[in-house]
Amino acid sequence: MDHVLDVRDLRMRYGKTDVLNGVSFAARRGEVLALLGPNGAGKTTTIEILEGFRMRSAGEVSVLGTDPACGGEAWRARTGVVLQSWRDHAKWQVRELLAHLGRYYAPYSTASVTRPWDVDDLLEAVGLTAHAHRRVRYLSGGQRRRLDVAVGIVGRPELLFLDEPTAGFDPEARRDFHDVVHRLVDLEEATILLTTHDLDEAERLADRILILAGGTIIADGSADELARAMSGQSEVRWSLDGQRFVHATDDATAFVRELFRQYGESVQDLEVRRASLEDTYMALVRQAEHGLPRRLTAVAA
Amino acid sequence: MNPALVAARAGVSRGWIEFKQTLTTPGDLITILITTGGFLAAIIWTRHTHVPGMHFSLGTTMLVSVLGLDVVVYGVITMADLLVTEREDGTLLRAKAIPNGMLGYLVGKVVNISGQVAFAIAITLLTGAFLFTGLAIGSPGSWLTLAWVLALGLLATLPAGAVLGSLFPSQRSAGGPMLLLLGGLTAISGIFYPITHLPVFLQWTGQVFPMYWLGLGMRSALLPNAMAAVEVGHSWRHLVTFGVLSAWAIAGLVLAPVLLRRVARRESGSNVAARREKAMRR
Repeated sequence: MDHVLDVRDLRMRYGKTDVLNGVSFAARRGEVLALLGPNGAGKTTTIEILEGFRMRSAGEVSVLGTDPACGGEAWRARTGVVLQSWRDHAKWQVRELLAHLGRYYAPYSTASVTRPWDVDDLLEAVGLTAHAHRRVRYLSGGQRRRLDVAVGIVGRPELLFLDEPTAGFDPEARRDFHDVVHRLVDLEEATILLTTHDLDEAERLADRILILAGGTIIADGSADELARAMSGQSEVRWSLDGQRFVHATDDATAFVRELFRQYGESVQDLEVRRASLEDTYMALVRQAEHGLPRRLTAVAA
Repeated sequence: MNPALVAARAGVSRGWIEFKQTLTTPGDLITILITTGGFLAAIIWTRHTHVPGMHFSLGTTMLVSVLGLDVVVYGVITMADLLVTEREDGTLLRAKAIPNGMLGYLVGKVVNISGQVAFAIAITLLTGAFLFTGLAIGSPGSWLTLAWVLALGLLATLPAGAVLGSLFPSQRSAGGPMLLLLGGLTAISGIFYPITHLPVFLQWTGQVFPMYWLGLGMRSALLPNAMAAVEVGHSWRHLVTFGVLSAWAIAGLVLAPVLLRRVARRESGSNVAARREKAMRR
């Protein structure tokens, strides 16, 4: 199968510091990938290399079949980058700006993809119809973010990059944003690579999670797979005759079966809790930081 | 259709939109009006003073010379300032993230700033036509000269502005040196006083830069021919004007793309974010 993203042994060195030392992963069409990792792990560096905004030190990178270091304008037209707006285009009206930026994509329409996105449909999709004629500087933080997304997708990208898209969001803005991303994946079959600090967000949005720590990918799989593959350990809690018990086990089902066989109806308050994404994440990062490199790959069945 | 052509056209409308925004944003409009009004006030003050050795209003020659100064102020300073500001605020990065966006961005800047220059010149000339005597604005030849001096002047100054803008890392670091440069150049470029009254080495220095030639070109267009008598060599020196401005234009057009490409290459989300944080901390 053709990969939209294919990264092999990507390395990045600033001066004498290795920020990335051998990052490898791939993404299929329509997949949503979340890149997680502690601060300074190289998430932004990775995404900027893939966006073509930063030169790499070594490794092979293919984005939509092209090396981003020499991706031309036609390649650029197939990608979308959601940037965080600050003060740019403050005097522009929302609709005016989207219509303007869309024009650059028109020559890159193909038989299957009409570019750009119709402005009014796009405004509708990101929920900015009511603010179409408002100047950008008067938008609220959440509205502004939705405009950023709209700017990122106005060219109907096949691949969309989102670097910490919801940093500084209130819960409502965050939910709005997630809705937009879901709609985008459903309607457009776009492939998305996002970086985030928010585990909940990664779990909610991503088909697959990559954890970047110590300059390499230390885990690659769905949230569920990661939790299972990490240790397979689940926590079983129960009580017997008013006394509470906790037991960690690799095979919760077998353990509970045995529990019932032995104690039958005296088992009460049974609770089985699989390791959460957060537990997994913390365990993995801790492991990586203590110099136990091991790559955990959970291959989807 | 050719994507570069599409982007260039989008750039033209971008420039037009930005120009209209400048005229409808109170802060921006006031800046233009104050600059123009300030020059006018200074000129009106000297309306009845004569050019040394001539029976001609110094104010009128200043009025005309200021049109040349306008081209430098907008072409170099405004261009550089916008470039620095918009690199800082992420506009440039956005342009980089869309296909041929940088081309559209630059075309937009050229159109926007040309519009602002034309606007400033129009206000100055309109006011001047009512308040000053001796302007040679009746003949088509005057307008023709004005047109080519203006066009060539923009070609000479806009790339220079782009070069300057790409050399400064932030708006903060750019403001002071640029104003100093502008002030110094104005003083030795014969805008407010005939250059022939300066020490010779300053005359030569002034004549290296486009500001002098823009002032001279404007004077040749809008003053009576007899006024050439107070210029260097007692002539309007059209050929040299054309040559010097063209040389600046060529140098700028060679240098600017290289530096702009370097600036654009360095832009990334994390750079903009870092600058934002720095600016917020102030």
